[in-house]
Amino acid sequence: MKKTYKVDVDCANCAAKMEEAVKKTKGVKDATLSFMTLKLKVEFEDGVNVDEVMQEAYKNCKVVEDDCEIYL
Amino acid sequence: MNKKQKKVLYRILLSLGFMIGIMILTSYVSVNLYVEVVLYLIPYLIIGYDILRKAIKGILKRQVFDENFLMAVATVGAMCLGEFREGVAVMLFYQIGELFQSVAVGKSRRNIAALMDIRPDYANMMIDGKLQKVDPDDVEIGSEIIVNPGEKVPIDGIIVEGNTTFNTSALTGESVPRDAHCGDEVISGFINMTGEIKVKTTKEFGESTVSKILDLVENSSMKKSRSENFITKFAKYYTPAVCYSALALAIIPPVVLMLMGKDASWGDWIIRALTFLVISCPCALVISIPLSFFGGIGCASTKGILVKGSNYLEALASAKYIVFDKTGTLTKGVFEVTHIDPTDNYDQQQLLYYAAHVEMASSHPISLSLQKAYGQSLDRDAVHNIEEIAGHGIRGTVHGHDVYAGNEKLMNKIGVDITEKHPEGTVVYMAIDNQYAGCIVISDVIKETSKAAIQSLKSQGIKETIMLTGDTKQTATKVAEEIGIDRVYSELLPADKVEKVEEILQNKGEKEKVAFVGDGINDAPVLSRVDIGIAMGALGSDAAIEAADIVLMDDDPAKISLAMKISLKTLRIVKENIVFALAVKFICLILGAFGIANMWLAIFADVGVMVIAVINATRALRI
Repeated sequence: MKKTYKVDVDCANCAAKMEEAVKKTKGVKDATLSFMTLKLKVEFEDGVNVDEVMQEAYKNCKVVEDDCEIYL
Repeated sequence: MNKKQKKVLYRILLSLGFMIGIMILTSYVSVNLYVEVVLYLIPYLIIGYDILRKAIKGILKRQVFDENFLMAVATVGAMCLGEFREGVAVMLFYQIGELFQSVAVGKSRRNIAALMDIRPDYANMMIDGKLQKVDPDDVEIGSEIIVNPGEKVPIDGIIVEGNTTFNTSALTGESVPRDAHCGDEVISGFINMTGEIKVKTTKEFGESTVSKILDLVENSSMKKSRSENFITKFAKYYTPAVCYSALALAIIPPVVLMLMGKDASWGDWIIRALTFLVISCPCALVISIPLSFFGGIGCASTKGILVKGSNYLEALASAKYIVFDKTGTLTKGVFEVTHIDPTDNYDQQQLLYYAAHVEMASSHPISLSLQKAYGQSLDRDAVHNIEEIAGHGIRGTVHGHDVYAGNEKLMNKIGVDITEKHPEGTVVYMAIDNQYAGCIVISDVIKETSKAAIQSLKSQGIKETIMLTGDTKQTATKVAEEIGIDRVYSELLPADKVEKVEEILQNKGEKEKVAFVGDGINDAPVLSRVDIGIAMGALGSDAAIEAADIVLMDDDPAKISLAMKISLKTLRIVKENIVFALAVKFICLILGAFGIANMWLAIFADVGVMVIAVINATRALRI
């Protein structure tokens, strides 16, 4: 399953770090973050709880870049 | 500027004011060192408190290589070494650079959004006898909506009432208005210019052309280019590498000097190391590349060229082979009378008159093109005894003359000798009163811009242009010669086309890319097989939009070379930025290591390079 989220982040390098953090989250198959459109597209593994995975992904993003937001 | 940016601007101005004040003050009055520290801490904290806070948070989360940490270490280090002015200045310029980047990116985001401002906000519907504005999402298929002059068509449909002229430039880049009448199809995103029309919707809003296009362009930056991935990966190694070098620079040389019994001059080396840290931020690279691609894609979309991903825009620049489908791509795909060759007894108009009349009752494409070429209304009373001879042609009596019109087989059958055979196209031979009367050649017409498009593609570095067609060899060769195609494969079945493309893909060089241009309707297998699939004339055809990587909204071949031009320009900007940013950073790193570059040059290597790269990237927006 794929879902798109709006994000807010200030710098391009931080966006790249966020993307990496989301990708590493358990239950996430793949993720792309476009700094230009400020959109995060997440592809989930089959049968995972999307909300829980995204909460975890959000936490991971906060670790690498404190000044970021994912609008879940 | 938004609120956040304005706040930063005020902080910059305030801090700058304080700093200038302090510099003037200290140049007239000599102050105690402690007083000076306190004085400089005022502008430093105003401008840098958030960076320091983030740096501390980062350390707590073990994220030591983020730029906040680097800036904090560099500036605190400078302050500790008594370089107060440099410390404040680095922080100040860093913030100016960040602000500039944020404003520039925001501006190009808005520019592109404005270019793409085709999203309709409402639809007019008659509800209880009153015209009301409703959300286009709520309009069901088959509803009737009203589009007034000056409004955008919100949903795809068919005109059921009224005639008008549309401005289609937002979708096609074409500035010539398009006339539409009752019964015509309309596509969302068109702007109604003249008359009020009633449209019966045939799709939901989400499935309508305009929604699909917007979706496509917005998602295009998700498909990242190779350069973008390269830089992101590079940044991952670059920053830690520079940081460790900085550490090494701060420790190793002084220790070595000490062991050699010389003056270690720790302060000097630490300043050099701090210079390294300032240069280490990879933001200039990381921002300017997606920004260039996004600009290029935005620019293309205003010209009616939809690029589905940065990777495709990048690939197009290294396309060396372009394979064209003939019919509908280089030619119009409609049959027209291109040649009339009567015998001495008739003139061209007479021959056409007989042909059009005897073919009057038929709806065969050939008959229709004959009637179209004749162009006048047909005299129905003049024709009698029309008889279709299957597989051969048609016969009938026109003004008492016995007229046969058909292929070579028909002429053989009735025993008429053809005096002059025509090699290419579809030929209609005519016999009148059992005498050969001449022939009419019907063929597909080459598009006006095909030749120029092929020429300009050649000048843009395309090695070979190749045409695939199911047509006969003679027709194909003639078309190819006329427009300057290098290689032709004719008489192909749809499956053969895939095979030929495979062959081309195998024989190309490793870094060379193959693009295929087709009308997207029955060449989906080929479109998906090649490196870059381009579908043209795709406005309103979902299948073509699905299958292709690059979609030309209208069917003008000149758009292919325009797409190529945009792609080449974008890639040139990307390369310029990569080379420029890396070169400046490395030069400054080397100079810094030898103590030639000071903190000020380091600031330029960081912020200055970023500003220049961003300005350069925004050039991709214009062609």
